Amino acid sequence: MKKKFKLEDLDCANCAAKMEDAIKKIEGVANASVSFMTQKMVIEADDARFDEIMKEVVSVCAKVEPDCKILM
Amino acid sequence: MNKKQKMMLARIIAAFVIYIPLMIADKAGSFERLSWPVTFCLYLVPYLVAGWDIIYKAARGIKNGQVFDENFLMAVATFGAFGVQEYSEAVAVMLFYQVGELFQSYAVNRSRQSIADLMDICPEYANIEEDGKLRQVDPDDVPVGSVIVVKPGERIPLDGKVISGESMVDTSALTGESVPRRARPGDEIISGCVNGSGLLRVEVTKEFDDSTVSRILELVENASSKKAKVENFITRFARYYTPAVVAAAVFLAVIPPLALGGGFGEWIRRACIFLVISCPCALVISVPLSFFGGIGAASRIGVLVKGGNYLEALSEMAVIVFDKTGTLTKGEFKVSEISPEGVSEEDLLETAALAEGYSDHPISKSIRDAWTERQKRSGSFLDTVARFDPLGTKADPDGQPALDLKRVRDAQEISGHGVCALVDGKQVLAGNEKLMKAHDIACAPCTAAGTTVYLAREGRFIGTIVISDTIKEGAKEAIEALKQAGVKKTVMLTGDKKAVGEAVAARLGLDEVHTELLPGDKVTEVEKLLEAEKGKEKVAFAGDGINDAPVLSRADIGIAMGSMGSDAAIEAADVVLMDDDPRKIAAVVRISRKTMMIVKENIVFALAVKALVLLMGAAGAATMWEAVFADVGVSVIAILNAMRALRTK
Repeated sequence: MKKKFKLEDLDCANCAAKMEDAIKKIEGVANASVSFMTQKMVIEADDARFDEIMKEVVSVCAKVEPDCKILM
Repeated sequence: MNKKQKMMLARIIAAFVIYIPLMIADKAGSFERLSWPVTFCLYLVPYLVAGWDIIYKAARGIKNGQVFDENFLMAVATFGAFGVQEYSEAVAVMLFYQVGELFQSYAVNRSRQSIADLMDICPEYANIEEDGKLRQVDPDDVPVGSVIVVKPGERIPLDGKVISGESMVDTSALTGESVPRRARPGDEIISGCVNGSGLLRVEVTKEFDDSTVSRILELVENASSKKAKVENFITRFARYYTPAVVAAAVFLAVIPPLALGGGFGEWIRRACIFLVISCPCALVISVPLSFFGGIGAASRIGVLVKGGNYLEALSEMAVIVFDKTGTLTKGEFKVSEISPEGVSEEDLLETAALAEGYSDHPISKSIRDAWTERQKRSGSFLDTVARFDPLGTKADPDGQPALDLKRVRDAQEISGHGVCALVDGKQVLAGNEKLMKAHDIACAPCTAAGTTVYLAREGRFIGTIVISDTIKEGAKEAIEALKQAGVKKTVMLTGDKKAVGEAVAARLGLDEVHTELLPGDKVTEVEKLLEAEKGKEKVAFAGDGINDAPVLSRADIGIAMGSMGSDAAIEAADVVLMDDDPRKIAAVVRISRKTMMIVKENIVFALAVKALVLLMGAAGAATMWEAVFADVGVSVIAILNAMRALRTK
């Protein structure tokens, strides 16, 4: 399943790249992209575990850039 | 400026107000009598006002295992400066770092906004008519087949067909075409366009998710996830750059004082300079921003580029292959030659138009259109209307000349041959050579490129009309512009007959033409060209996507005609021309070249300045001021430069 999320207060391009890297390393994530320009995030992951994976995504992002909020 | 930025600005101003008198007093020597803890505390005030959040974020970063982020580096660098008792410098570095960050965030927001505005084609609501009243609903909730009302000035929310009303529709947001398009009952209209002055009632033919506007937005949004090689290079580079510079800073702070003796102070100061420069922000922001700007500039002229990688490929395009029909030619058929035998041209054309008057065949329509065109051009139509038709019954309501179909009787279509009808009581045959043979009529075979209609009246051959595909306006200029833009070879592929293909290629000035190809052969031809170019040069294929989706995906760059092309083609293509104008290809090549130029300028500039200041810093020739410039100053200049990509014409 592929899902798009809006991001709020994503302030630095380097952090976006780091977030993308970190999300890709989560198990079950097939692909992820974090766009600093559009302030959006696209995640492609296992259907069955999607909610679980999203929880992990949120915590990973909070580690990289605590100011950035993911709008669900 | 948003709230956060305003807050930051207020803090910066406050810090300045405290800092400046301190610095003046310091320079005047009035701090000499004070002990160092007092001076330290005095300077700590503006430092914390300007940079408390940096220190807070740095601490949080360490807790979360994000050691090499810019906050941490700035904190360590300024602590270092305090450590070697350069209080004034420490505050200044923090202050200017924040000024630079603020300016950078402002510039990025602005540019992101101006690109977003370009793509502001998303309709917010649709008007649905219910019991004679209009109700605004989310376009997402409108099912196919329902009727929506589009008021003057509103954005058309969904793709559909006009049922009633007439208006001029502004398609510029989608196609870059400034001339409004007419919409009348029966016409298809696409979402994202802005309605002109008339009220339109539209039957919805596609759901919102499948409508043009959603598809375009999706393409553009996904564009930034397909990264160019340079972009990936920069991301990789950034991953090694920061740790490398930090390692160098540690080395610089520890080894020389141990090896050479003397104090640590001077070397720590130099190491701090390294830390300030170690953030790769100038590159990490400006490179994607340039690509985004280039994609934005392309979409402003009605060309969708599906990713930075394709923009990069476009700039290296050396060979372009065109499909003929729908790309260089209109794919609509027009009368190109009239050769009468013993009658006048007008007579021949009118007879043909009348005989084919009831037929729906595209060829019949072309002949009728040619007659209408000729009537309008000759001006005789207006005289005729004035003299014989005072009530205007001969003209249709649009003021177009209309055929008097009462002169035609007993029209019948003979499939595979043509038509047979009585025109003014005389038997007229119009069709192919077979029809003439079947009626034993002697005729001169015609060899022109195109479809030939033979005509006979009362058993006697009266001439031929040739119908052929017309070349698109601007197709010739498009080829010339591409050559000027540095494209080395232009090739045309077509399934059409040799004579037709070569005639078109000669008129357009193409370098190479391959005719009578089956769709599969086109792939083979493109593969041959790819083989010949293997290496850096890129091969593009431009087509309308009917039968050539495989070729579109096989070529390095697939360019599809958006309004005429099929959904499959738009899906398979890397670049979509919204208004099917081949001239836009040269324009987008120019945009891509400029974008790549800007990207290279930024990379070279940022790396050169950073390298220079690092060297100067190591040698002790640079101060903290130069370091701050090499970090934020360079970022800001690179961002401003990146914005030029958006303004490419």
